[in-house]
Amino acid sequence: MSDRARLAPRRHVPPWARFVARRLAAGLVVVWGTLTVTFFALHLAPGDIVDGLIGPGAAATPALRGQVIAENGLDDPLLLQYGRQLAQLASGGLGWSYQLNEPIERLLGSQLGPTVELAVSALVTALVLAVLAAALTVGRGRTVRGAAGLAELLMVSMPSFWLGIILLTVFSYRLHALPSIGADGPAALVLPTLALALPLAGVLAQVIRQELETTDGRPFVLTARSRGLGATAVLLRHTLRHALLPLTTLSGFVLGSLFGGAVLVENIFTRPGLGRVLANAVGSRDLPVVSALVVISSAAFVVINTLVDVLHPLIDPRLREGGPA
Amino acid sequence: MSTVTALLDRPAAAGARRGALLRSPARLAPLVLLAAVALVLVFPGVFATHAPEATDVAAALRPPGAEHWLGTDQLGRDVWSRLVHGTRLSLLIAVGATVIGVGGGALLGLVAGCGGRQVDFALMRVVDVLLGFPELLLALVVVALLGGGTVNVAIAIGVAGVPHYARLVRGQARLVLRSEYVEAARVLGVPAWRSVLRHVLPNVGGPLVVLASIGLGSAIISGSGLSVLGLGPVPPDADWGSMVADGKDFLQTAWWISISPGLAVSVVVVCTTLIGRSLQSRAVR
Repeated sequence: MSDRARLAPRRHVPPWARFVARRLAAGLVVVWGTLTVTFFALHLAPGDIVDGLIGPGAAATPALRGQVIAENGLDDPLLLQYGRQLAQLASGGLGWSYQLNEPIERLLGSQLGPTVELAVSALVTALVLAVLAAALTVGRGRTVRGAAGLAELLMVSMPSFWLGIILLTVFSYRLHALPSIGADGPAALVLPTLALALPLAGVLAQVIRQELETTDGRPFVLTARSRGLGATAVLLRHTLRHALLPLTTLSGFVLGSLFGGAVLVENIFTRPGLGRVLANAVGSRDLPVVSALVVISSAAFVVINTLVDVLHPLIDPRLREGGPA
Repeated sequence: MSTVTALLDRPAAAGARRGALLRSPARLAPLVLLAAVALVLVFPGVFATHAPEATDVAAALRPPGAEHWLGTDQLGRDVWSRLVHGTRLSLLIAVGATVIGVGGGALLGLVAGCGGRQVDFALMRVVDVLLGFPELLLALVVVALLGGGTVNVAIAIGVAGVPHYARLVRGQARLVLRSEYVEAARVLGVPAWRSVLRHVLPNVGGPLVVLASIGLGSAIISGSGLSVLGLGPVPPDADWGSMVADGKDFLQTAWWISISPGLAVSVVVVCTTLIGRSLQSRAVR
């Protein structure tokens, strides 16, 4: 950094910070839109909110109904209720679960950990498997590539719940090698991770290999080869880095498939987590929990997408300001 | 579906000659398999060996054998026969969902693509937000609003697919509307709505069929997924997903109850994906 840059006035906001702020503001609009849509969908949905609040256990006498309506302000105009929900969200509250009679933020807070743990380990596994599969099969003969293509097709087409059931049957019940339920310790993480990671790895491997193949004839690869680098060295130092770039644009899809898959995998493996909370909430029509999860996942998408946009120039020097064109 | 769009931008490298579809065995096999599945769907009684609901407690949890090809479940029902009879619900949910998705997406996409700037902007922002969510999550939200069951699951998966089809149709519509022959038609005095019907719709159709043929596979996966979560057809109706859910508690002793319907889902999805890809590689050229 030159002296002039260091002495520049501090009030100057760096461009990347302005960029992040703009992206986050746009993201806030998305979250707000999601919240608005789910709020009105929830209130226009067939079925009575009051019944949902009382729950199936108690008899819905008129007196009890009146009490519930008064307590929750369900008599107020819809716009007032909407405003109240916005204010509540702004102060960090997500509402109250119909079924579990518990503040939603506490409910989700206790379930967030296992899901994040599962998602991160599945993401890492999928990336490693995909890179390995792509690197080992690129540029090989027809047979190897045909077999790899078939394997990828199978992984993409296999529903994750079925993969989970096969893994459970083989490794838990036949071989007794790994636990079948719960989330205690690393051993319990292995099978759910595989069930979640393999379909994702199938998609990623296809993308990475296609990138590797298009990179193969590029001038910088020829230059590297003519400098005497072996095929493996070129792969590790040059082409792989190139091939991983497009994956960042897939991050939204990856996040989505991780969370969508987690709903099923957590249920198959009887693991605690957000996916199971969501499935149960949908089953019992616990609408506040469903809408809270929708809002949270839209926020997660915004954060991840912003993060990717910020990281992109760091990974790809061509996108940096003043970098090589 | 998101898997689909992620891959759709990267067409299969295989160069397909027109008409090669029927000559190459790799392209023929999925068609033959799907035709067989269609036969099973239409005439389940011919293929089933037992009544799907007939319980026989004495023969409960039998492993696959000569009498029960795929074994029996906890109530002694024949798994093969239930699989055969479950074909109809599984595929009808997926086909119904795809029809809803294509119809809704085409309508939304045409309105956005052919409408004014503001309409386009507003609709596409909504589509962008919806595309951010995983398909299963969207479908789950719709099920939460409508409740479970066969019809609602089909609606839910259809709605979840709408943004994908809408984006495709809107893009194609914009492309066609900007083309010279539409401009020429406009100069000749052809009204805009006629151009939409005569020029835009036929041009949108091809890509839409390709996307729908691949989308059918993911609709089967989503539909059976919702059934696995216990949100699908209400017993005694059963699709493949609810059979998986039924057998889940008996994996330790009777793996065959869950494994066979899951295999059926996978086989059908592989077939639709292969057909979709060969359609796509033909369309790309």
